Amino acid sequence: MTDPTRLHAHEMAALLRGGETTSRALTEAHLAAAERQNRALHAWLVIYRDEALAQADAADKRIAEARLAGASALARLHPMCGIPIGLKDLVSVKGGQATAGSAILKGYLAPFDSTVTARLREAGAVIIGKTNMDEFAMGSSTEHSAYGPTANPWDLTRVPGGSSGGSAAAVAAFHAPVAIGTDTGGSIRQPGSMCGVVGMKPTYGRVSRYGIVAFASSLDQIGPFGRDARDAAALLHAVSGHDPRDATSAPEPVPAELLSLPAGDDEAASYLKGRRIALPKEYFVAGIEAGVAARIREAVAAMESAGAKVEEVSLPHTEYGLATYYIIAPAEASSNLARFDGVRFGHSDRSSGEFIDDYLRTRGAGFGAEAKRRIMLGTYALSAGYYDAYYLKAQKVRTLIKGDFDAVWAAGFDAICAPTSPMTAFPLGAKLQDPVAMYLVDACTLPINMAGLPGMSIPAGLSDGLPVGLQIIGAPWSELSMLRLARAYEGITARAPWRALEPAELELTDDPTTPGPIERMARLTAASAGAGGQSERTQR
Amino acid sequence: MASLTRADVEHVAFLARLGLTEEEMARLEGQLNHILDQYAVLQTLDTEHIPPTAQVIELANILREDVVQPSLSVDEALTNAPERSDTGHFVVPAILGGGGGA
Repeated sequence: MTDPTRLHAHEMAALLRGGETTSRALTEAHLAAAERQNRALHAWLVIYRDEALAQADAADKRIAEARLAGASALARLHPMCGIPIGLKDLVSVKGGQATAGSAILKGYLAPFDSTVTARLREAGAVIIGKTNMDEFAMGSSTEHSAYGPTANPWDLTRVPGGSSGGSAAAVAAFHAPVAIGTDTGGSIRQPGSMCGVVGMKPTYGRVSRYGIVAFASSLDQIGPFGRDARDAAALLHAVSGHDPRDATSAPEPVPAELLSLPAGDDEAASYLKGRRIALPKEYFVAGIEAGVAARIREAVAAMESAGAKVEEVSLPHTEYGLATYYIIAPAEASSNLARFDGVRFGHSDRSSGEFIDDYLRTRGAGFGAEAKRRIMLGTYALSAGYYDAYYLKAQKVRTLIKGDFDAVWAAGFDAICAPTSPMTAFPLGAKLQDPVAMYLVDACTLPINMAGLPGMSIPAGLSDGLPVGLQIIGAPWSELSMLRLARAYEGITARAPWRALEPAELELTDDPTTPGPIERMARLTAASAGAGGQSERTQR
Repeated sequence: MASLTRADVEHVAFLARLGLTEEEMARLEGQLNHILDQYAVLQTLDTEHIPPTAQVIELANILREDVVQPSLSVDEALTNAPERSDTGHFVVPAILGGGGGA
């Protein structure tokens, strides 16, 4: 058998059902890869070897019993049964850590399972560990993790994107075929794009957020990573659906067809015939890298050749998206993060003997630079005298941004295609001293969160050796159509040479002399201190 | 649009209960003003007759039967408490009298 880590989850599922492999064998192979390469990648904050193997054995038992019970019992098993998976470290797993990338949650142990965790257990998935992330999902590079950055397997001197950079890097590095992330302004799609994997932010309300550490509650959504559309669809199916424990989860049916996207490339490609695709002109303006724009235009042209009808549209309020988002998201964050007060859980400093000072010390020491910046922005935007000028204004502009998208659906388009990020993965440290430059990385993804729409990023080739992501944006609850479109694009590009490439520097992570991202960042910090804080150089 | 003074930074940090170092306050003053400059673009839009959007789902008033459901035990709820009492409570800093300020 070929290296099991190179299989897609749907291929693993077929082998498991046929008795040609076991979940234990698959899990062992993935654990070994993760353990061997994590020093140089730092995609994982914790790897659960013993627990994962126990879950794998339980999955093998379920599969064996189903096989004895007959074809219909086998068919009732979820495709995720026995499949190794990584969870972003803000998903509660009972008895395990959930740091959310923050020092303030160091040592915290979740007293209950999130709904996503419970549904994955029910499906029989094997949780092999928790992945690195920007603190409280605030960031676009995973450099804002209190536990150190993650490297991009395509170029170890570069970031994997963020905030779900650990999940994206782990899937790109074949440490797991699928992983869970969260997306508040692009935190699944953007690292998916930079690591060359599929990542989807479903419609707001599609996946229950019970047991997930909150960032901005009107924007946060949980979603899947995979190395193809079929795997992302199967994972989405496993975790979706109404949950009485999350009042914002919608009573919307989960389509069973998510589990039967076409296997054949030609059949998949036929979906494109007659589809109307909108290309928003505002997503191709200032700041977009030429290589990114070229790949996206080529991808759309390929869909057009396969029978899609592509028309340019305007989303006129796009330019206001960044400012609107950076008022609304920090405002909600400042409110959500008020709970970290050192009283019930998390870091607690009671050394002052005076309760206000205890709060100041606890929160001052527990939060990192970006979390503090957002708490400050949000508190200011909500404070007396500024509420109307900032927060209320932003909520009104949000209405206009959502209206732009509503007009596209009213005009009968099936989907919008755009770049996921205006740039490919950037060097570690390059944007760390300039928050506004970091915020611009998400300019093409955050309007979708404000409109509550589903969006996904799929690999669309390389620019200078780095992955480019094509973003597909859909109408509310249209995930199935979007995944069919993504699968169709896979079908028409199945024989493209870039499809066969593995992340260029993944092999280097097997070499014990290759520095890890934490070491690289320490060198950069030392170098920039030596150069008066101006250095943006990267070193190997 | 307003710009943030050092005194504003200190005031907002206190509202947010964030203890910041001198260096952090100085850096934040510059960074926050740079970010606030980006917000100015919103003032070019006339939104007088536009209703605000707080959230995007068409759900309202989600109700359930008022019946007891399983929840965490007291011990489970206290697992992560920085300080707990033998009687099953969180121990919190005194906020009235006996050394409590404000």
